[in-house]
Amino acid sequence: MTPVWWAVIGATIGCYLAKLAGQSVPESVLDRPLVKAISDALPVALLMALVAVQTFAVGQHLVLDARAAGLASAVVALLLRAPFLVVVVVAAATAAVFRSMGWAV
Amino acid sequence: MSTHEPHHAPWTDERRGIVANALGVGIAVAAYGVSFGAISVTGGLTVLQTQVLSALMFTGGSQFALIGVLAAGGGAAAAVATSVLLGVRNAFYGLSMAPVLRVHGLRRAVAAQLTIDESTAMAVSRSTEHDDGRASRFAFWATGLSVFVFWNLATLLGSVGAGALGDPKRLGLDAAIPAGFMALVWPRLRDRRSWSIGLCAAAMALVLTPFLRPGVPVLMTASVAVVAGVLEVRRRTPEIDGARTDGGAA
Repeated sequence: MTPVWWAVIGATIGCYLAKLAGQSVPESVLDRPLVKAISDALPVALLMALVAVQTFAVGQHLVLDARAAGLASAVVALLLRAPFLVVVVVAAATAAVFRSMGWAV
Repeated sequence: MSTHEPHHAPWTDERRGIVANALGVGIAVAAYGVSFGAISVTGGLTVLQTQVLSALMFTGGSQFALIGVLAAGGGAAAAVATSVLLGVRNAFYGLSMAPVLRVHGLRRAVAAQLTIDESTAMAVSRSTEHDDGRASRFAFWATGLSVFVFWNLATLLGSVGAGALGDPKRLGLDAAIPAGFMALVWPRLRDRRSWSIGLCAAAMALVLTPFLRPGVPVLMTASVAVVAGVLEVRRRTPEIDGARTDGGAA
């Protein structure tokens, strides 16, 4: 099996166990203020870290390229309350235009 | 006993309304699904791997995280860890749904799989007081099943469609990945506190990028969430020395 398959299967099992844990474990295990507060903050931290890395990193190098313009246009679309698909398409189109015009790689 | 009490609104009407809402949410989610399918294949996964994620993992944020870390050249372990950490919130959804659903055995196994943002939100939006949770239960199952069907069909559409598009970079599809994450996190950036957490994590990930394998910097930002959680709990529980300071000021 390829590493990608291992990742797909491992993460799938892990995510399912998280779902099942909530339905199965005694309330006292999860229902603690600190556990709840950390769990609330986790998605924001991880997703914003992913935004940053996916925009400004290539491997272990930091770069400024057309993806930054794409992200900026995505933020504008979000401020205008655009739906998910529109946000993604606007970002892709902006990056494509920047590249085709030679403004960014 | 309470299930036999007369209702203010006839149950068939309420049920119809719930089904309509469930279908609406399913269609809205399909937009994410198409993006996920396209981005996953662009990031190097096969159509089959992409579909396995939508059918068996079935929790959007974790799916996006897994393909994001893998596409960035991260190792399988970092990808799995990031993905599972993002899925931890579903445990808390399950915790609040369990007393409403009251299912066991196979039904519990299925209910767990359908425990996601949308099904939980629709279920908790229904009061459980006057009908013993019947509407809430129905909303959970209807929304969960609707999202499951639309999410999987949309994923297939996106993954097969993206393969036919051509050079992903020329089309700017690499910029679609961070935009997708931004759209996922956007509703959670409600206040100054969540912005602080997000920006700290973003900065930390970038600072660590030159020094660690791809995928690991993102994982390290879980520590930002831990610190934020500790600070939040401290803020909410007024401590003894906090009271003492107040007394001194007065």
